[in-house]
Amino acid sequence: MVTRHFFDKELDDLHLDLIKMGSLVEESIENTILALKKQDVELARKIFKNDDVIDDMESKIERNCFNLIARQSPLAKDLRTISTALKIITDMERIADHSADIAEITIRMANEKYIKPLIDIPKMAELAKIMVNKSIDAYIRQDVELAQKVCDSDDEVDDLFHKIILELTNIMKNDPQTIEQATNFMFIAKYLERMADHATNISEWVVYNVTGEHEHLTRHMDHRDDRIHNPFIIDEDSEK
Amino acid sequence: MDTAELKIYTRNLDLFYGDVQALKNISIDIEEKRVTALIGPSGCGKSTFLKTLNRMNDLIASVRIQGEVFFDNLNVYEQYDIVELRKRVGMVFQKPNPFPMSIYDNVAYGPRIHGVKSKSVLDEIVEKSLQNAALWDEVKDRLKQNAMGLSGGQQQRLCIARVLAVEPEVVLMDEPTSALDPISTLKIEDLIDELKEKYTIIIVTHNMQQAGRISDKTAFFLHGEIVEYDYTEKIFSKPSDKRTEDYITGRFG
Repeated sequence: MVTRHFFDKELDDLHLDLIKMGSLVEESIENTILALKKQDVELARKIFKNDDVIDDMESKIERNCFNLIARQSPLAKDLRTISTALKIITDMERIADHSADIAEITIRMANEKYIKPLIDIPKMAELAKIMVNKSIDAYIRQDVELAQKVCDSDDEVDDLFHKIILELTNIMKNDPQTIEQATNFMFIAKYLERMADHATNISEWVVYNVTGEHEHLTRHMDHRDDRIHNPFIIDEDSEK
Repeated sequence: MDTAELKIYTRNLDLFYGDVQALKNISIDIEEKRVTALIGPSGCGKSTFLKTLNRMNDLIASVRIQGEVFFDNLNVYEQYDIVELRKRVGMVFQKPNPFPMSIYDNVAYGPRIHGVKSKSVLDEIVEKSLQNAALWDEVKDRLKQNAMGLSGGQQQRLCIARVLAVEPEVVLMDEPTSALDPISTLKIEDLIDELKEKYTIIIVTHNMQQAGRISDKTAFFLHGEIVEYDYTEKIFSKPSDKRTEDYITGRFG
């Protein structure tokens, strides 16, 4: 006879809850980009509502994890699975928070004509979205290779981020009237960059869950010099 | 909770071994078709308490009991015939104690005592009980073999099958896995989880993790008293009493 099937069922349920939360997060990013592009206030409001649902899911999964740790004394793979769940729900929740942050700015700028056609921001958003989708996919399939790919594409998002910041800085220099909106776009770019970072974190935890090794799979060494010269980017070491 | 909904409840139960008071003023409500775990250090009274529920303490001459134990709303010490009570409230002990007879006869023993003679009926009871105890597949081809040849874990599941054969409503378990290896222990735990669909289970365990894994509610006994009785989830994540906290976190005494 099989042992611990009750515990296994609870672990399966946990996995399903995470998939559900992941798909809500994906939906949220999708809507965020759409709302920003179309200046759709209704859709932006919907993102807020969705964010509450995601927050509730985070609390529920968190409670389940604490309960499983308290009652089931998980070890080895079981312990990694529950720890991974606890870590990645925080990243998922943050991603959804940033969606809501962008939605808030979208509403604020709803009646303004954008200072420039949106090209790179949607592109960055698309990249961030793909990273989040893939990281959740990597979790679902416990796919280390896919997780590594997500981490690799973080550089692309970072490059785009720098490009957008420089462009916006130049726009502001040329026309102080644009400062308000350009700052808003800077925040949006920063939120998107953070989303990609959270997708990277999720992927790193997927790798940990499978291999037992938790390593930082992205290194920003190539860009370090750019960062020093760019006053808008906080050095990551000083953040810690 | 209305006592009419309770399977077992006690009120102000005291028990003395001679001059020594082993249980002090125990009032507890036990719900039907739930697993209730009794935990606490050695000598805290948890096994003694368990035995009051089907009057196993009656065998000890020096025992004196005050207070009340109710089973299905009738007083266990006043309104039950002891044979009838023990048929309805079965017990599984710490060490597997199969009778030195065949696997089949072990399980058929109870029903035979209670007057079942038909071979086909007995066959049916034996198969069903062994299946419910998750042992059938392992022994179906050797029912006539002596039960003493089974492994410890199988013997304990046989003892559970023997209890189930008389169709009890409550199963008392006194450290049923303490003599078993980890895998046999987990098999019994899974079995308990299945059994609670049909039976009310009260289990004494020294293994705190076990209480956490299998029970719905947990009672923490100390020096003959119940310090805390609550949902297991609560006891194991945020107990109300510091003594419970100290005990379950291993910072006791």
